[in-house]
Amino acid sequence: MKSKVIVATTINGEELEFLCEPRQSLLEVLRDVLGLTGAKEGCNNGNCGACNVLLDGVLVNSCLVLGVEAEGRTVETVEGMASGGQLHPLQQKFLEHAALQCGICTPGFLLAAKSLLDHNPDPTEAEVRHWLAGNLCRCTGYDKIVRAVLDAADTV
Amino acid sequence: MTTTTTSYKVIGSRPLRPDGVDKVTGRAIYGADVRLPGMLYGKVLRSPHAHARIVSIDASAALTLRGVRAVITAQDLPAIGDKIADLGESVVNLRYASNNILAHDKVLYHGHAVAAVAADNVHIAEEALALIKVEYEVLPHVLDGKQAMSANAPILLDDLRTNELGKLGNAPTNVAEHIRHQRGDLDKGFAEADVIVERTFHTATVHQGYIEPQNATALWNEDDQVFVWCSTQGAFSVQEQLAELLQIPISRITVTPTEIGGGFGGKINVYLDPLAALLSRKAGHRPVKMTMTRAEVLTSTGPTSGSHIRVKMGARRDGTITAAQAELIYEAGAYPGSPVGAGCGVIFANYRLENLQIDGYDVVVNRPKASAYRAPGGTNAAFASETVVDELAEKLGIDPIEFRLRNAVREGDRRPDGPEYKRIGLIETLEAARSHPHYTAPLTGKHRGRGVAAGYWGNWGGKSSATATVNSDGTVNLIEGSTDIGGSRASIAMQLAETLGLPYEDIRPQVVGTASVGYNDVTGGSRTTFGTGWAVYEVGKKILAEMRQRAAEYWDVPVESVQVADGVFAHNGDQMSFRELAGKLDTPVTASASVHPQNYGPGFGVHIVDVEVDVETGKVEILRYTAAQDVGKAIHPSYVEGQLQGGAAQGIGWALNEEYVYDDKGRLVNASLLDYRMPTALDLPMIDTVLVEAPNPGHPYGVRGVGEVPIVPPAAAVANAIYRAAGVRMTELPMSPARIVAALATQSTNAA
Amino acid sequence: MRHDVWIPPVHRDLTGGEERVQIEAVTIGEVVTALEQRFPGIAARLTHEGQLRPGIAVAVNGVVTPRGLRQRLDHASEIHFVPAMAGG
Repeated sequence: MKSKVIVATTINGEELEFLCEPRQSLLEVLRDVLGLTGAKEGCNNGNCGACNVLLDGVLVNSCLVLGVEAEGRTVETVEGMASGGQLHPLQQKFLEHAALQCGICTPGFLLAAKSLLDHNPDPTEAEVRHWLAGNLCRCTGYDKIVRAVLDAADTV
Repeated sequence: MTTTTTSYKVIGSRPLRPDGVDKVTGRAIYGADVRLPGMLYGKVLRSPHAHARIVSIDASAALTLRGVRAVITAQDLPAIGDKIADLGESVVNLRYASNNILAHDKVLYHGHAVAAVAADNVHIAEEALALIKVEYEVLPHVLDGKQAMSANAPILLDDLRTNELGKLGNAPTNVAEHIRHQRGDLDKGFAEADVIVERTFHTATVHQGYIEPQNATALWNEDDQVFVWCSTQGAFSVQEQLAELLQIPISRITVTPTEIGGGFGGKINVYLDPLAALLSRKAGHRPVKMTMTRAEVLTSTGPTSGSHIRVKMGARRDGTITAAQAELIYEAGAYPGSPVGAGCGVIFANYRLENLQIDGYDVVVNRPKASAYRAPGGTNAAFASETVVDELAEKLGIDPIEFRLRNAVREGDRRPDGPEYKRIGLIETLEAARSHPHYTAPLTGKHRGRGVAAGYWGNWGGKSSATATVNSDGTVNLIEGSTDIGGSRASIAMQLAETLGLPYEDIRPQVVGTASVGYNDVTGGSRTTFGTGWAVYEVGKKILAEMRQRAAEYWDVPVESVQVADGVFAHNGDQMSFRELAGKLDTPVTASASVHPQNYGPGFGVHIVDVEVDVETGKVEILRYTAAQDVGKAIHPSYVEGQLQGGAAQGIGWALNEEYVYDDKGRLVNASLLDYRMPTALDLPMIDTVLVEAPNPGHPYGVRGVGEVPIVPPAAAVANAIYRAAGVRMTELPMSPARIVAALATQSTNAA
Repeated sequence: MRHDVWIPPVHRDLTGGEERVQIEAVTIGEVVTALEQRFPGIAARLTHEGQLRPGIAVAVNGVVTPRGLRQRLDHASEIHFVPAMAGG
């Protein structure tokens, strides 16, 4: 039996502790230990972005981060985006623009887009496309996703 | 841009999807999110060889690993003789299907499942796989369809004989099927031609590329009831496949579909579901969850066929096509069942032809068994024929859209396989493309070019069932069984709202499993908004008829004297809204309907693309893209646009980057999303859409399937644009930088 | 009632090359029986154990029918035996 490690962290504004094996990725911890299944596994090697979360405000593929690396840091997942009974403007615009079809890539895109707008509140279309190039969507052709992000930037 | 004729209250609007908030908050439960008490995790051991005989499997060491609960091999599957079954959308030999789930005596491709393990967690299961010893006798392999047809090719399936529409061959072969469409006199047709173009093409194996890997969670109870939770395009298809593969009655199997993260045809066949069920039984009736890695998805789930295609077409100076001939060789993968039949249907479907011959061959090779992929077989076929059509137009000095218009099929013309078309919209779609500003916009700059191509897909009706219940406040619960893969909850609920004369918001749709609604075929074949939409139309009519009856009873008048319009019941000056009447019901009103409509009618698309070719590196950039399509009636235009945009994007990936790459031992070497390169946001421009609405007379709201058509034209359109940009006719997919550079080098050598 | 029945190209070896034949029948099943009388061997190719062979569909006036051999022919019809197709 592998010995488990206690990790103290902050997830979506809430301080908590969890137990995990050293080999478990942050994605696995979020999904299987903490039940936060909003982050999705599409490839488990950093190519699709479906598992995107913010770690100390930095966009990461949670499949490439170990659970123990969350020690003392803050993690933001899709479950933390809506607040006070209100969807985040990006969530609202994704719905209004029909920017999701199957929806499996959506949590990753939302966090990637949030990270973009945190850095650059008024991006051009080219900047949006460049920033989102780490997230794969197979359904939409990206058109409506890019429009939703540009529209949300105007709203924020 | 939308053109429209009939006015509706709900249809044609763009409401938010009912499942939207769950999907943007991460709350929606997809297959991999399922968790049950006491759940184990399963993993699959896969063949490292392309073709080998299994000499022995020894799992004893794996079973001693702490936390391992069960190991299964093909011995755990019931023996199944040859039986042809119609499962969902495709006809399969169940013995082959069973062999594909777990290899019985031979492995036929790199990644073929050999054994499976259930353990306390996924890491232990993976460790256990490494402890299973499999002894193989490696056999010669064949990856290429043309080579597999040659006399000295290794034979994959000893009992396979060529089937020609029921006429069976008598010698061992890798050719599972030969299809032929033929009419008129080819020689005469080519003799009449002023210009003849003949080219041969090759297209690579490509994958659907859904972002969510395959998954299944199963519980085999002590009373032999089997419960499965999975993401699938069709819960009833999973139920039927499990019944056949596990040899248990359908009624003992309950399949609950989760949300699904893309399918495109690839989530119809089962892979993990029967393994999870068998592991559950063997592991003491504990639930077992299995998910694939991305590498497994690529090595072991349905790609679509690579192909060799030869096309010869002739035309007169006036632009009339006089003859067309094609030969299509499609690689089925390890077991029969490539989409070559559909490819034969697509290849000349756009044109009225008196003289034609099409020969299609379904050929087994040592690659994963092909499964459906969005307009299966269509993109390959259209790449070949639509680039030859472009070359004919060029040689005749006729605008490519004008050339297509002169030959375009219309109502009463014959399809390549014989039957006559009913109402179709190819002419309108070509005209819409020609009059779109994109087609006439100036395109300046070096190595830039504009291409155009058309595409056809036959669509499908399928079987659908739905149930609705009127709530006491006048809202309506809708229960449907069609997996919502791209917003169909909205398009189905909208059709019920329209039928009932109620606001969209008053309809609450739910997608449920096999225990909770009548039979539904898979979400596939572009059928859901058409077929399930028709089912809820029938449900709505029944509800209205019953409510009218209740209104008549309430007023104590003959039912014939009650009028119904826009959700209001009226009699002789008295009025009662649907809501008011619902509040007065003493016996509930509920209705179900099942349909199997046939008049789905094919769709056509015309795509225009501008590209820039970097002649140094061979990289092709998509500058502008417009997709026009005959969509019948767009129920929710945003999601129809989304189908066109998504199909175009997949087609562009197929055109430019995507391919399976094998080493000399027949092993797939690019089984990751880094090396199997799908388009990103950075690779694409906005994709403009033109929804041409020629309502389908075969549907109460004019619906025509829209999902598959848009992947048919892109490869040809991009190839035609590359020709205009760089002067090379590309005959191989993908048109990757290396192939472009090679073609340019050949061109300059020839010029010198 | 006479129907215009198109012979699939791969089966024209049995019909001496004939592409279309006129058949009197009330159902598709009767069409196959009549074809068999004129072109022995063709029924075994199109049907198996009293049903259309898997992979073969029949189109009546351009519309594929799920009823197969049991499909009634109420009007003079054009009939094609075609490969069944699947979508994604």
